[in-house]
Amino acid sequence: MSPDILLKIWGATLDTLYMVAAAGLIGSLIGLPIGVFLATSGKGELFPAPMTNRIVGLIVNAARSTPFIILVVAIIPFTRLLTGTSIGTKAAIVPLTIATIPFVARLVEAAIREIDKGLIEAARAMGATPMQIVFKVLLAEARPALTMALTMTAVSLIGYSAMVGAVGGGGLGDLGIRYGYQRFMPDVMLVVVIVLIVLVQLVQSAGDGLARRFDRRSRKN
Amino acid sequence: MSVSAYKAPAPGDAAVIFDGVSKHFAASGKSGGFTALDNVSLSVGRGSITGIIGRSGAGKSTLIRLVNGLEKPTGGKVLVDGVDVGALDAAGLRDLRRSVGMIFQHFNLLSSRTVFGNVALPLEIAGMDKHAIEKRVRPLLDLVGLADKHGRYPSELSGGQKQRIGIARALATEPKLLLSDEATSALDPETTQSILELLKRINADLGLTVLLITHEMEVVKAVTSDVAVIDHGRIVERGHTFDVFTHPKHETTRAMLSGLPGSKLPDAVSRALKPQATTGDRAVVRLTFFGAAAERPLISQLIKSVGAEVNIIAGTIDEIGGRPYGSLVVAYGADAETAGRAERFFTENGLVTEVLGYVA
Repeated sequence: MSPDILLKIWGATLDTLYMVAAAGLIGSLIGLPIGVFLATSGKGELFPAPMTNRIVGLIVNAARSTPFIILVVAIIPFTRLLTGTSIGTKAAIVPLTIATIPFVARLVEAAIREIDKGLIEAARAMGATPMQIVFKVLLAEARPALTMALTMTAVSLIGYSAMVGAVGGGGLGDLGIRYGYQRFMPDVMLVVVIVLIVLVQLVQSAGDGLARRFDRRSRKN
Repeated sequence: MSVSAYKAPAPGDAAVIFDGVSKHFAASGKSGGFTALDNVSLSVGRGSITGIIGRSGAGKSTLIRLVNGLEKPTGGKVLVDGVDVGALDAAGLRDLRRSVGMIFQHFNLLSSRTVFGNVALPLEIAGMDKHAIEKRVRPLLDLVGLADKHGRYPSELSGGQKQRIGIARALATEPKLLLSDEATSALDPETTQSILELLKRINADLGLTVLLITHEMEVVKAVTSDVAVIDHGRIVERGHTFDVFTHPKHETTRAMLSGLPGSKLPDAVSRALKPQATTGDRAVVRLTFFGAAAERPLISQLIKSVGAEVNIIAGTIDEIGGRPYGSLVVAYGADAETAGRAERFFTENGLVTEVLGYVA
């Protein structure tokens, strides 16, 4: 493999990391409150708004059931509006972020619904405001599950980011398709796949380790 | 020994007043409507430990949750220190809740917080600064005997220790009233006793009113001064704990009391019991005695005055609300002469008796 190709792989790896980090960060920042809302706005819950809850739920489901590759193409006008282009790493961040939001929202919702209702009742009995319950009880208690959720998000994003390569998104997927597939360079394809596997492993181990540190539920002495 | 007539605390002396309270849960989905509480009136004396006992589903959980507004009554009023809980807005309700502590069957501690952090939580919620919180939490951990565990997490503690943290947390905002929702139901008998001792101590030392709900007669017997028995959403009996235990009036109360050790007849005897006597049968009688009677040599006197054999079938000496109390089941000849002599003896000695039946 020529040094030129190796340099390209390195560059593509950085692009992938950039896309995953940017989309993961922005998508999580938007998805987290939506997930909290979904978990707390049912009938008789902290912020009861059953109608809005159902509508948001429907939108989230719709977004989640749209195949990612179709989402990428469908929102090209929106992408162009935001970034001025529909090709390249920067443009790819837009559909990746859009896909991340509902994904994170549902994971956050599930993480929060797992929390014992008794804790919410105890906090209410202490005179906590709904907002205090969200921050001091729900988000604090869900921290291990949220960490796992964000890890899953990052892993999925690494996969999705390889797909945006198909529409000129840049990154490792793009490199694999253009060099490995279209130029018949199986060794490049192999390296790309290995780099992706290593990335996923690193993210997963880091996430697991962090979640374990946060989890005080069954700590052994 | 007569039973003092029960007088409800005057409104000025009541920490909590339930005034004709009803709670009806509207029908939803498959389940029909359900009346959890039906016109309940009850007052909880300031400084008392008042127990509300009932079987599961009797409405006691709903009742206790009305006090701090976790549930809203569909009829009637709940007054806490004279304040109508139902009339408070959200902010007023939060203020009230900060002055009413609550402990739970499953402790409801935050697993992500240390012992210290859990006790500090209500203070953080109340907006107290870090330094003041530190000052407040330390003595509380001392009070419940867990000062050395302040950096531990709940998962590292035993059930009894968790409940002690729950109690420390409930006391953090220095409430005047403590609500206990089946606080010992998840604990073993020994741990239950130690938690009850702690509740007694804080009631005495801090002058805190304790309102507890339970389905365990043992708990009521061990700590409460006053008790109300709830059944199917209604208060069926109410009084000083000692009186209710020694003279239960309602069937539900009797049924719940019969589960206590010492109250139960041996199976062989209860199987052989007949409602009517035939010649040669023996009467089975429960004697209840308290106060001075508990200290006299009753059995030897009984045998002398009956002039016949007396069998002891079951018996217990116990203390209820700090007063000694005995219950003894004996059998003696059911013939008119023997029974007459026995009755005279009981009347002379002021013993409360109940004929349970006859055995051959």
